[in-house]
Amino acid sequence: MSMPSGKVGSNGREITFAQAIKEALAEEMRSDPRVFIIGEDVAEAGTVFKVLSGLVTEFGPERVIDSPISEAGIAGMGVGAAMTGMRPVVDIMFGDFITLTMDQIVNQAAKIHYMSGGKFKVPMVLRTTLGATRRSAAQHSQSLHAWLSHVPGLKVVLPSTPYDAKGLLKTAIRDDNPVVFFEDKLMYQEKGLVPENEYTIPFGVADIKRSGTDITIVATSSMVTVSLRAAEMLEEAGISAEIIDLRTTVPLDRQTLIESAKKTTRALVVDEGYERYGVTAEIASVIAEGAFYYLDAPVRRMGAMDVPVPFSPVLEDLTVPTPASVAEQVKALCGRV
Amino acid sequence: MARSVKSHKKSKPKRETTALHSEQGLRFYQQMIRIRVFEEHVNQLYMSAKMPGLAHQYSGQEAVAVGVCEALRGDDYITSTHRGHGHCLAKGASLDQMFAELLGKEAGYCRGKGGSMHIADQDSGNLGANAIVGGSAGIATGAALSIKMRGSNQVVVCFFGEGALGQGLLYEVMNMASLWKLPVLFVCENNMYNEYTHYRETTAGDPKARPEAFGIQTESVDGQDVRVVYTAAQRLAERARQGKGPAFLICNTYRFYGHHVGDIDRRYYRSKEEEERWKRDRDPLKLLASWLGRHRIADEKVIARIESDVRRDIEAAVQFALNAPYPDPSEVDQHVYA
Repeated sequence: MSMPSGKVGSNGREITFAQAIKEALAEEMRSDPRVFIIGEDVAEAGTVFKVLSGLVTEFGPERVIDSPISEAGIAGMGVGAAMTGMRPVVDIMFGDFITLTMDQIVNQAAKIHYMSGGKFKVPMVLRTTLGATRRSAAQHSQSLHAWLSHVPGLKVVLPSTPYDAKGLLKTAIRDDNPVVFFEDKLMYQEKGLVPENEYTIPFGVADIKRSGTDITIVATSSMVTVSLRAAEMLEEAGISAEIIDLRTTVPLDRQTLIESAKKTTRALVVDEGYERYGVTAEIASVIAEGAFYYLDAPVRRMGAMDVPVPFSPVLEDLTVPTPASVAEQVKALCGRV
Repeated sequence: MARSVKSHKKSKPKRETTALHSEQGLRFYQQMIRIRVFEEHVNQLYMSAKMPGLAHQYSGQEAVAVGVCEALRGDDYITSTHRGHGHCLAKGASLDQMFAELLGKEAGYCRGKGGSMHIADQDSGNLGANAIVGGSAGIATGAALSIKMRGSNQVVVCFFGEGALGQGLLYEVMNMASLWKLPVLFVCENNMYNEYTHYRETTAGDPKARPEAFGIQTESVDGQDVRVVYTAAQRLAERARQGKGPAFLICNTYRFYGHHVGDIDRRYYRSKEEEERWKRDRDPLKLLASWLGRHRIADEKVIARIESDVRRDIEAAVQFALNAPYPDPSEVDQHVYA
């Protein structure tokens, strides 16, 4: 498994995903006084995941604001602050808690620009998390990015490496639209090369994380690493898998997906959201329509099992795609079972 | 279920003697009659099938919007509600753009994409009307946080009806507004009806006790007396502007007509007699006109002239909107993203 080639440069250093997030925030807060953070335990505690540790020391409690446990309230206040000249970054600890913010994000943030005929903008970022297998049970383990991807007016970002996380978060903060930024909780301590120099990554540009010729695996967030591991297993079986990291579900880089599927003639979509009506369904449809005459097999998809995430490890591990289960699906698609 | 005019919990309007000077009194009247006549025309446009959808008339509550907005600076913000025409007009919206928006025309405030319930106007500090009950409480409080962070010395007024007392968001943001002393004035217009249900059937305890529990300065006033509303709003807005924190102003008022223009038969939730009593005894326009007369600021002739001038302007605005073009179909996917 390699880092995306040619993007890190010679002056890269290894930092964790969490450090990459913090660097992006710190850089944007230094360069733009309108940027501030609001959320539960974001200041001295640096969030429950310790992602923001130290930011309050540099920027003070006026810009790293500890809020009450009021997700709807802070999301709504983010909207109002964004409409009136600030660029808030609202921290929603667990992705499951975005359900508490839904009116403010779906009915307010997403629609204000359109409803006002383009008069008002809502340049806010809602940072939250996704991912199961932390033994956190059904209300702290969901990956609900499909919900937000469904709503016009929102942009949805799903970084899978420290490099992507930093570059995409900086782009999110500079974007004039409401952006929902999902971080995989299990990824925070993963390390990767990140340049010293400043960079951003545009939205709507999928990244080919691994080139291959036999099958296209489209993956998001946590499932990129899973798919890369599956690709290693598949290489031993003589199957060359191309791994495409969507990076953003909205906007969606249709062209890269379709071109890759045309080239490899087979496609599997892997995502940690619930499979039913999930992100995988939309992506599979895009590929099926765009590459239909080139495909040698139906597009397949793998998401989280359609059950509330169970607590018991033996049960929880059954609900999420793994390198082995992805490899198995690929072999079936390639007629190698 | 006949209820008397006195069925609001008794409030003791402070007898502050902020004497309106005569020009101010006339301006208040003009602003209020503008809203009243505007809503008459909205109803006519609905009845004659010229307006798509529905609208929620503000008639009867004019003293609240005008009393509060007259106490604000041009650059202060408001957030409004589904029953928002009065707030928008009182904060300085133009009649042409209002009617054009209500008719779904491109010349409207939102290029015809918002309609009656979503009028927003940056130029007059209107952060937008909101069709989710209580939905703008977060936006208003966030704008107040932004004001504090930017040091811009503005205030925000969050208008909502007593129906919003049932929404949790309001309590989340009142808590933060009080904790952080944010310059926001929560204006609760108690018109007594949550849509088709009397608020006493939906609201436990004393509404005033709720903001007070957060340590928020709370007052309850006669929402039919524009002078009383103005005096209270001015004091509370200036207090907020000085960094002394949020306030909650309950304005006891009455919705003269239905929940929306299509709510014609209201007998199942309130009596005709009740409506007649409010219109006869507690009409904010009549109350102000009589005060202006008593203080020899304006006689019936002056009042009639204000009204006829307003009617002329509004009829012209309706014509403007009727003649204005609809948006081009290519507009449909514009402004989804900035």
